[in-house]
This record gives sequence, structure tokens and C-alpha cells, in this order.
Amino acid sequence: MTTAARLQFEHDATVKTGDLRHRAVIQKNIGTYEIAVAKGKTRFADWENARSHAAAIKWETINHLDRYLEQFERNVLANGGHVFWAETAEDARGHVLELAHRHGVQKVVKSKSMTTEEIHLNAALEAAGIRSIETDLGEYICQIRGEHPYHIVTPVMHLTKADIAQTFQEKLGTPLTESAEELTMIARAKLRREFMTADMGITGGNFAIADTGMIALTENEGNARLSFSLPRVHVAIVGIEKLIPCLEDLALLWPLLAASATGQAITAYSSLIGGPRGEREADGPQEFHVILLDNGRTRLLADVEQRDALHCIRCGACLNACPVYKNIGGHAYGTTYQGPIGSVITPHLRDAQEWSHLPYASSLCGACTDVCPVRIDLHHHLLHNRRNAVRSGFDSLVQRFGFRVWLWAMQSPGRYAIAAKLGNFALRRGMAGRLLKPWTARRDFPVPTKQSFKEYWRQHGRRA
Amino acid sequence: MRVALFIPCFIDQLFPNVGIAMVTVLRRLQVEVDYPPDQTCCGQPAFNTGYWDEARALAKRYCEIFADADAIVSPSGSCTAMVRNFYPELLGKATKTTAHTYEFAEFLVKKLGVTDVGAKFPGRVTYHDSCHALRELRLKDEPRQLLRRVQGLELVEMDQAETCCGFGGTFSVKFPMISYAMDEVKVTSIQKTGAEYVVSTDSSCLMQIDGYLRRQNLPIKTISLAEVLAAT
Repeated sequence: MTTAARLQFEHDATVKTGDLRHRAVIQKNIGTYEIAVAKGKTRFADWENARSHAAAIKWETINHLDRYLEQFERNVLANGGHVFWAETAEDARGHVLELAHRHGVQKVVKSKSMTTEEIHLNAALEAAGIRSIETDLGEYICQIRGEHPYHIVTPVMHLTKADIAQTFQEKLGTPLTESAEELTMIARAKLRREFMTADMGITGGNFAIADTGMIALTENEGNARLSFSLPRVHVAIVGIEKLIPCLEDLALLWPLLAASATGQAITAYSSLIGGPRGEREADGPQEFHVILLDNGRTRLLADVEQRDALHCIRCGACLNACPVYKNIGGHAYGTTYQGPIGSVITPHLRDAQEWSHLPYASSLCGACTDVCPVRIDLHHHLLHNRRNAVRSGFDSLVQRFGFRVWLWAMQSPGRYAIAAKLGNFALRRGMAGRLLKPWTARRDFPVPTKQSFKEYWRQHGRRA
Repeated sequence: MRVALFIPCFIDQLFPNVGIAMVTVLRRLQVEVDYPPDQTCCGQPAFNTGYWDEARALAKRYCEIFADADAIVSPSGSCTAMVRNFYPELLGKATKTTAHTYEFAEFLVKKLGVTDVGAKFPGRVTYHDSCHALRELRLKDEPRQLLRRVQGLELVEMDQAETCCGFGGTFSVKFPMISYAMDEVKVTSIQKTGAEYVVSTDSSCLMQIDGYLRRQNLPIKTISLAEVLAAT
């Protein structure tokens, strides 16, 4: 069924696939990633076993999520932190604004968090007159360009160094340079001042550890560490699926995430946040808040068939493996979470009908499922979503009727033979046009044969 | 062993030579084959589009038609995956029929234990991994083992052998530009090998690649694994 999101997707995907420069940049950048990840995986004695073990940890968590969430809450409270349960994006935004208001916050520094993208937090803060500054270099570039992240791990994967230099020149008035170091120093000089004067730090959370009430954060720039330790108030916004049972699980999950996301042994900065500044501690925030976000996740939890999609640790490996993503890029999806995982979860997290086209925008090649470090059955879930869409009546009447007729033909050898004859005739006369047009517009269709296999067998099959 | 041939509908209609080639090779290996004439389609187009009730009706039909066979062999990784991997999900259980349906190269190497089928095919060849053969049936080396034993054949690997060609059934019609871009990536990789032929277990992939090659007047030819193995 045609929806606004579908039309936009078709338009954007068509434009992006036709943009050869864009395709060359993304394929080059993913190529660099692929080499790093292949090397990263060799650090594991048994990669497949590591995947299975990680999947088992997440399976245990997701299937007893109620228990782990409550245990986590108890431990955060015991550590002197606060927990807010946000059922919707609006609830989460509302709570952040309330905290900001309560603490007289004028400036927020943010580290990279897809959850805050999901709830459109920056727009809400700006609307309330609060400056919100993205401090991850990639996110910072997105923010000054006025773009959404192109990729859940590498937000500006679509840009070259020259593009970034040009952005800095236009938006910050700095001289053009293609040195990565110089570009980083430009951003750093701007951002350091913001850290020093921010009132609130907002982060996501890569893992929420039930048995210690801690938030685990992974990053490579040190900006997350500054975001949660310098300002007076720290708010971590975490999807409820980010729970893990115990601290020891990080021994596997941290390196697994790093290997799948960037090919690193472990990210440059790995932090555990266990509450606000203690009495005898020299630094850290005065208040520590965790917002546990549902925003549709419990709908996915209720779906036994696709519940494992909540295993996702947001490593981005499925995006990088996806031949569709490699050609259309991240922005065309129009969603917070792009690529295969996005096409699986978006119809559940958001409007199922509006986003019902995404599961169809896949050749079902299965490359995503093969690379997923927590063994989410991604491409089969795309099939499940397609079936759900048909069951919900989101398909077109023409297509539904078409498959009924097709089934009627396929259920009898006689009708099949007639249908085949008609098809063959139409092909010979060049009359199969409309149905095949999207395919034949840029390709030559096979030359119709004079004799089908069935006819061959009838005449010659039994002879030998 | 009663071996039944499962010739998918599009091979029956568009690429009958692939089916005939498979019969030729099996008979050369003294395998007695039968072709149940009532077979039509495995139901994959409906299944992949979300019409599972329609697909289920054809899954049941397939299981009845092939009920007596000890092994069912098909020159398509895609349709084999439909039967062996997805019928159990549709029907709620795996059966003897679904479990004993094999892709042709898989049947030769894994069931018959044959890698040299006595074929001769002079030429420089690159192999395209069909997604269903590779990732649903886990056939990576079997087709290559067969190709390596073909007399006169030089096998060269392309850098994107495992990358999808972009066909994906109705996907290629629903999202033609994405499908076309994927086709382009595939063909570029094939061209870099300098191969004269691109070979695959799946004629649907080859149709997608061939359609592009012919429109662009490129000299590379597509040919199914079965036809290469039938050549002498």
C-alpha cells in the first residue's frame, strides 16, 4: 500500500542509487571497515562460539526482562541514582525537560546516542530554549550540517574529509584542510569550551548492568566521559533492551561490540557509571538519572517470533554487510535505525502500515544475519514482517488478487500449462510489458524458449 | 534410490536446457531419474511477498507429489531452500520430503560423493554464489569442487562473489533502481576477473546478470553449473 513514507523512500533510494559519487564514497568507507572487522574477528579464538554465547546472554535477559529491569532499578537507587520509566518518547522528553527546568539548565552536552535521536531530544531541548551540543565528532558534524546520522555507529560515513573541511569552513569559518588531525583539533577547540560550561550531560548507554546498577559506555573520543563527569547533572537515556544480567558479561560483550562495530579489540574509552559523585570523590555529577525507554519495545517483546530483535547491541554490522544499504545509504531509509535491523524493528516501534515497505526493500540475501554478533534472525524477520503486513491488509488489492489467481493456476498442471502458454505468447509478442517493465527497462529479458522442460520430458524423457 | 527431479517453474519455462543438462549429468552417473509431471511451482514468489496461505497450499501440494521419492534434486538453490528451510516453518514440521530435497551440486558432492562428472568446458570462468545456495543451504565449496574437476576450465574468483546480484524476485520489480545498482556492482566485479563466463547454481541470478550484460553489450556469457557439467 502506498504511504507517504514509502513514496519518500522510493524517491530517495532512487536518487541515491543514481548518485555514483555517493555510492563510491560509501563503498570505499565500508571497504575500510570490512578490512578492520575481518582483522578484529581474528582476535577471537572462536568467533562463532562467541556469537552463540552473546546471543545466549541476550536471550536470557530479554526473556526475563521484567526481573532484570527491576533488579537494575533497585541497584541504581541503592547507588544514589534515580530511575524514570518512560513509556513513550514524549514521556522521556518531558522528564528531561523537567529535570533541566529543576536544575536551571541552559546548556546540555550530549554524547552519541541513537536513543536520543529516536525521541528527537535535541529539537525538544532547543524548543525549550536550552542549547544542546553534540560532542561526538561525527554527531557534531551532523548537527552543524543539520542532518540526521547516516549510520548508527558512524554518523557521517557518507562524507569525505574534503566534505567535512568544507562544512567546517562554511559553518565555523575555519580554513580548508584535509588533515584529519587538524579537523579534529578544530572541533575539539570548540567543544572543550562547551564541556566546561554545560549544566547537564546527556548520554545513552551501551549496556545497563542489572546486578550492579551501572551504565556501560563505549566510545573513542573521550567526549562521553567528559559529558557525564563534568556537568552537574547526568542523564542516561537507555532503551529497556540494553539490559544485561551481570558485570562479567561485559568481558564478552564489550570486545564483541567493538569487533563488530569498528574492528577494535575494545574501544579507546570504556566507562562504567555507578552513580553520582560520592562523598569522598573529587569529580562526577551531583545527580545521576537513568531514563528507561520503552517507546514500542514491549510490543516487540510480546512478539515471540521476533523478540530476538531486542538482542541488538547496535554495532551496525548488518548495515555494513547489506548490499541495499551499500547502494542507497543511511538517509534514504528515513528512520532512526537504518539497514536490516531498522527494517525489522521500525514497523514494530513505529506505525506498522506506514513503514510496511521497508521489509520489502531487501533481496533477502541474508548477509545481515551472517554477521550479526548476537545472532538475530534478521532476514527471516523481514519475511515475518512481510507476512504480518499481508495479514494486516496493508497489501494492495491488485497484488492480493494477483496471487489468488496465480495460486489457482499453480494448483493444476492443466491450468499451469495454459498460463505458461499465455505467458510465452505474451513474451514473444512483447506484450508482458507492464508487469516486467521495471526490470526490462534496463535489462534484456531471456529469449522465450520453444519447448518447456515438461514438453521435452514428455517427448524424450523416458527414452534413456 | 528413487531420484525425482524438481524443475522449478521458471526453469521449466525460461531455461529448460538447465533441467535437461541436469538429467544428462545424472544419467551419465548412472542415476535413474523420474520427473513427476504434475509439479508446478514451489510457492516462493507468494511466500517472499507475504502470502503464506497461498504458499502453504503449494507446499502441501509439493509434499504430496514428491511423497514417494527417496531424494528430490533441483537445479536451483533458491527453490531448494524454499522447500528444505521454509516449508517446515509453513507446515509446522519438517517431513521426509522437505529434508530430502537437494540442490543439484549439493546432491552430486554430498549425496553421491562425486566431484568429477567427466565434463569438458574450455574457458575462463568465475563463480557467483547465489545467496540461497550460500547462506540458506551453506554451499560454498561444493560447486567450486565440481568446477575445478572440469577439463579445460579455469576458475577465477571475483572479489564480490558472495555479494547479492540484486534479483530477489519481486524485489527487483518493486525497487528497480536498488536492484539495478546491485546488478551493476556485481557485473563490475565479474568484469574485473577477465572471465568469459559467469557460472552459478541459480538461473534466477544468472537471468539478472545476463539481462544487464546483454543490454550493455558486454561479451561475458552466463551459464548454469548444470550446463557446464553436461558439456563434453
